[in-house]
Amino acid sequence: MAETSGYNFAYLDEQTKRMIRRALLKAIAVPGYQVPFASREMPMPYGWGTGGIQVTASIVGRDDVLKVIDQGADDTTNAVSIRKFFKRTAGIETTTQTHEANIIQTRHRIPEEDLRADQIMVFQVPIPEPLRFLEPRETETRKMHALEEYGLMHVKLYEDISQHGHIATTYAYPVAVKQRYVMDPSPIPKFDNPKINRSPALMLFGAGREKRIYAVPPFTDVHSLDFEDFPFEIQTWREACALCGATGSFLDEIVTDDAGGRMFVCSDTDFCEKRREAGHAGPALAAEGAV
Amino acid sequence: MSDNHEPLLVVDGLSKRYGAQLGCRDVGFSLWPGEVVGVVGESGSGKTTLLNCISARLTPDDGVVRYRTRLGTLSDIYQMSEPERRMLMRTDWAFVHQNPRDGLRMKVSAGANVGERLMAVGARHYGNIRGAADDWLSKVEIDTGRIDDLPATFSGGMQQRLQIARNLVTGPRLVFMDEPTGGLDVSVQARLLDLMRGLVGELGLAAVIVTHDLAVARLLSHRLMVMWRGEVVEQGLTDQVLDDPQHPYTQLLVSSVLQP
Repeated sequence: MAETSGYNFAYLDEQTKRMIRRALLKAIAVPGYQVPFASREMPMPYGWGTGGIQVTASIVGRDDVLKVIDQGADDTTNAVSIRKFFKRTAGIETTTQTHEANIIQTRHRIPEEDLRADQIMVFQVPIPEPLRFLEPRETETRKMHALEEYGLMHVKLYEDISQHGHIATTYAYPVAVKQRYVMDPSPIPKFDNPKINRSPALMLFGAGREKRIYAVPPFTDVHSLDFEDFPFEIQTWREACALCGATGSFLDEIVTDDAGGRMFVCSDTDFCEKRREAGHAGPALAAEGAV
Repeated sequence: MSDNHEPLLVVDGLSKRYGAQLGCRDVGFSLWPGEVVGVVGESGSGKTTLLNCISARLTPDDGVVRYRTRLGTLSDIYQMSEPERRMLMRTDWAFVHQNPRDGLRMKVSAGANVGERLMAVGARHYGNIRGAADDWLSKVEIDTGRIDDLPATFSGGMQQRLQIARNLVTGPRLVFMDEPTGGLDVSVQARLLDLMRGLVGELGLAAVIVTHDLAVARLLSHRLMVMWRGEVVEQGLTDQVLDDPQHPYTQLLVSSVLQP
């Protein structure tokens, strides 16, 4: 696709990028701390990843290769449009393969493939404040972060256990970054929380509507909050992926007909395709092959 | 318990104005461990202003409030750093609001309400937190089967008792109460008073109780302060003040109560 003329490289003007980069540097220097920034209007509605796009636009260079995923998939509307947006405004290479990309913008997932030190994850964040639904006053939550008063976060986990018998929070599961700030890892499933812990890749979080940026630098301790007698656990499935037969990946349940038929497939499409190319086959494909 | 001969709370020359309006003026008193002081007076006499000022909830214009911390030193609560003060407020102190909805977290269960302070000071064992919640609910005579119910489903008297449990769970040494029985009917009031008297005695708590109800004051407090137009006009032993009032306002106050 042709590069669009009349716009600065990667859409944002240089002063805006500079402002965002300064916020990013501060965020990296204070892991898990929410840095306010002057979020701009983007040519898409809030909630579609305006925060992530601004972060990506500020860090992208001409030689970078961009991957965008939405719920783990490379082929959903949001992912396709954002890839197209950067192809047009920055003329950069895009990819759907995790290992080829050095910037990965994401909503809801972290790729299954291990990340490397030369990769940057950019998360689209709807609500950066982990205490928001427990304490609606922003003045108060800021004070709570400053004074490290995080008892309230455990009140929520307590409620989960008392109502459901286990910690029922499955996404946006709160973490403590470097034994200090409690952070919302954006609505990723708690399955992905361990991937942030001591990850070699830099993790950047952008919330456009809420005008906040935060970060987890490489090799930072990230601890998912829990109780001593109810330790943090990730989701598990009884089934393997129906297409590639993977057992250790995050599975989506897909309803296949209106007679109760369903199958479980990897949410990370790139991971699933690679496995199939390598000759793995799940129950659904194996059955097809037999016919 | 530390040395009982040293006062726990020393208030000196406390004044607060709201613009031209007087909140309270030149109030001073001391509170010893295990002692209950009642503050009585009509509406607008500055009782609640005084309570808020001495409980670090409202900065006074003048005067000092000093509290003896667990380390034994008497320190000015408004000179402490904010983290220290907030820590004090949720461990060593308790504040019981007139309206339980101000003091409870209405969106979480009774158990979580009681456990919140424990978690705030670092308790991270679910079983222990729940055990403590269970224990405290039975201490304030709430059926432990209702531990997972929301406070909104409780009656007014139960909410007030839940608020007390939530406050006392960290073993505070000083309790501030603002009209703890206001808005409750007489029989529920009597039960609550009985409970509070038991707890205060059993735990050796010091308390400052603001009330306009002289019966509550007589039942709970050892000493009484009578406020009128922002000033303390009379203070002394409760029975002495109520049976032999000296100041004209106190005489009026005592004589206005219906004797059943």
